[in-house]
Amino acid sequence: MPKQIILAAHFPGVNNTTVWSDPASGSQIDFSSFVHLARTAERGTFDFLFLAEGLRLREQRGRIHDLDVVGRPDTLTVLAALAAVTTHLGLAGTLNTTFREPYELARQLASLDHLSDGRAAWNVVTTSDTFTGENFRRGGYLDRSLRYDRAAEFVRTARELWESWPAEAIVGDRDGGRYVTEADPGGFAHHGDQFDIAGHFTVPRSPQVHPVILQAGDSPDGREFAASSADAIFSRHGTLDAGQEFYRDVKSRLARYGRQPDDLKVIPGVTFVLGDTDAEAQERAHHIRRQQVSPQTAILLLEQLWNRDLSGYDPEGPLPAEDPDVSGDAISRGRAGMYPDPVDTARQWRVLAEEKGLGIRDLIIEVTGRQSFVGTPQQVAERMNHFVQSDAADGFILVPHLTPGGLDEFVDQVVPLLQERGVFRTEYAGSTLRDHLGLSAARPVTPVGAV
Amino acid sequence: MTEKTLHLAVALDGLGWHPAAWRLSLADATAPLTARYWNALAGEAEDGALDLLTIEDSLDLQTSGPDGPDGRVDQLRGRLDAVQIAARLAPLTRHIGLIPTTSTTHTEPFHLSTAVATLDHVSGGRAGWRPRVSARQAEAGHFGRREIPPLDLARLDEPEAVRMVGDLFAEAGDAVEVVRRLWDSWQDDAVIRDVPTGRFVDRERLHYIDFTGRWFSVKGPTIVPRSPQGQPVVAALAHSSVPYAFAARHADIVFVTPTDTEHAAAIVAEVRVAEVTVGRTDAPLRVLADLVVLLDETPTLARHRRTRLDELHGEEFTSDAAIFTGTPGQLADLLAEWHRAGVDGFRLRPAVLPDDLTATTRALVPALRDRGLFRAGYPGGTLRDLLGLPRPASRYAVAATA
Repeated sequence: MPKQIILAAHFPGVNNTTVWSDPASGSQIDFSSFVHLARTAERGTFDFLFLAEGLRLREQRGRIHDLDVVGRPDTLTVLAALAAVTTHLGLAGTLNTTFREPYELARQLASLDHLSDGRAAWNVVTTSDTFTGENFRRGGYLDRSLRYDRAAEFVRTARELWESWPAEAIVGDRDGGRYVTEADPGGFAHHGDQFDIAGHFTVPRSPQVHPVILQAGDSPDGREFAASSADAIFSRHGTLDAGQEFYRDVKSRLARYGRQPDDLKVIPGVTFVLGDTDAEAQERAHHIRRQQVSPQTAILLLEQLWNRDLSGYDPEGPLPAEDPDVSGDAISRGRAGMYPDPVDTARQWRVLAEEKGLGIRDLIIEVTGRQSFVGTPQQVAERMNHFVQSDAADGFILVPHLTPGGLDEFVDQVVPLLQERGVFRTEYAGSTLRDHLGLSAARPVTPVGAV
Repeated sequence: MTEKTLHLAVALDGLGWHPAAWRLSLADATAPLTARYWNALAGEAEDGALDLLTIEDSLDLQTSGPDGPDGRVDQLRGRLDAVQIAARLAPLTRHIGLIPTTSTTHTEPFHLSTAVATLDHVSGGRAGWRPRVSARQAEAGHFGRREIPPLDLARLDEPEAVRMVGDLFAEAGDAVEVVRRLWDSWQDDAVIRDVPTGRFVDRERLHYIDFTGRWFSVKGPTIVPRSPQGQPVVAALAHSSVPYAFAARHADIVFVTPTDTEHAAAIVAEVRVAEVTVGRTDAPLRVLADLVVLLDETPTLARHRRTRLDELHGEEFTSDAAIFTGTPGQLADLLAEWHRAGVDGFRLRPAVLPDDLTATTRALVPALRDRGLFRAGYPGGTLRDLLGLPRPASRYAVAATA
């Protein structure tokens, strides 16, 4: 039997992927938009819907970024509301560990798992960004090197809390007058470097016990964290080769944590553009990319690498001759740094621009694209399947470019072809997200110090 | 108040407010862990056209003691996050206000502001928020970041306890101030989607709140565009002067706990004095009196049920609010009397859920309507509209045009 593909849908939000200027673009705030995307994903028997998170509005050159979609609702609150209008779809949200506490977040996620009958998932992210910290009482105290230490201990603590109620803690024996089997259930004590807490958890064991843990992040630390703690990892690799290399690498890290290769799913975020013919799809893709990267956006994205004010440059003209500024504060704030070595990246971009004769805007369009599937529905289905069967991924998080209707044509035209090939479900077999993803029952918490 | 009809709310907690409620409830013992249960309660409350429902919450396990677990196995234990329950209810209800409780002591005002604003978005303008302080050591132990000494009820009047409680309320006040500023930090018309200039928002209509206080500082603006009500409704439960002042400064509704008609009048007077003392300029507080209710078809049946519950509990049930035991008709008379004494309405705490909620919606509500004291249905609009509270303008928009 061929590998089964995992499919998830990202709600397009705060980034330049979303083409808000398209007449078909709807609200990114109205709940009806979320309902539409979620119900479309569920109609297509997707595994889960994925929401990102924002904790501060992005700024560039000291001013709030105003070219892309700005503003979004709170992740957990939207997911809980979506649980009311869906029945099987997994509900995944990005939630930062730096500005929350394990007791609070574990409680919210366990509540979501109860209220959705076992469909909750958490994309664990970290930040050491003092800019974001200015909105929180903890501030930006966290040293960069401690980010994953805190995240790993955070997840471990959450797992301890999720397990704190015995499976059959509530008996509700009315005649005997015994509500719980043991006095004060939910007892826990966690004494670690990051958290020193003890007491009683308030949420009895939820349907999945451990909501599904997702992780995004490509650094060695991030990969190691995923291997130790996550059920799925997002990646962003543009080619089949790069995907396969990443896949091999993260799967090989699992054994040292006593896990099997299948225990960690690799799910890159990808885009797609469909057309009746390949040429039409390519033309549409080209048009979308030009909408995503306007002349002003091209300059702003270039500034994020160069870390200089480039507002005087011609978006259609050549790249700056000077090197990126690596000495000063970041010109762009509230956005993860994507370029570990800016000077080297700039050199590569210059070479690429030279070779292909690209101006700034066309170069940005070229280098900021992610893995995308462009073609007829048949071509897209075949390529996606090939990607999965060749172990470059276990599935995909689809990032449509339109809110909220951007997933419609994929569900209508591509999903049936994947189903015909026997590589994607035609109906949900289980009820929880763990069932959909083919994950075994929740893994018991790793004792502190075992890693 | 000159208005004739009263406001009616229901306070939802577990399987009811009587500690033995779970022994007699029509619902399963584990029902409060299911969305189905909460949907049924909200649907029932909405069928009765109640103004709003509140959802209790706390950052520690339920206990009969003042602080920390009590070792009992005979009472309901365990609960879900109230904001999530409210959000889960929002798409399946249309009119009723949804007011979850959250702690202000161990949480981030930024997160609270985005969660409640989002609840307002997903409910189409029906969100409220009841901030409460976490004074218990057990709660602090779940966060491990600050020391809160054990609560000794016999020593609440001593200077150290008074200072601690005062600090917790002052911190809660800062939290509400930050949350309200964040709600104002996007003007209503900030999203412009101006294709010719390529600008999605007008950044001149987004505002830093620049709050700096004793416990935290918050820069802003929020990430959530301004919600239907502008500012969701803030509610506070208050039993004494410190919380009355807190409510007068920071809330839109206050839940109070009179013991009788005279006391109700005295509390209303005290709340009005507190409003003057703190220099309140917003609409006057909506004062809703809390009452635990245990309703039955005859006074005798109601009394018997209460006796039965107390027997199962092992002692007489007491509460911070007065406990009413009787028929819906008798309760309607009592509410009418307290209403004449000056309270704007009531928040009923059903002794047993769903039983005493059902009696409220199906018998009390018609009895009140017969007396001309309650609306026939929903007039439409937001929770603020329902409560007769104006929609606040963004303070920053005013500043910008001044």
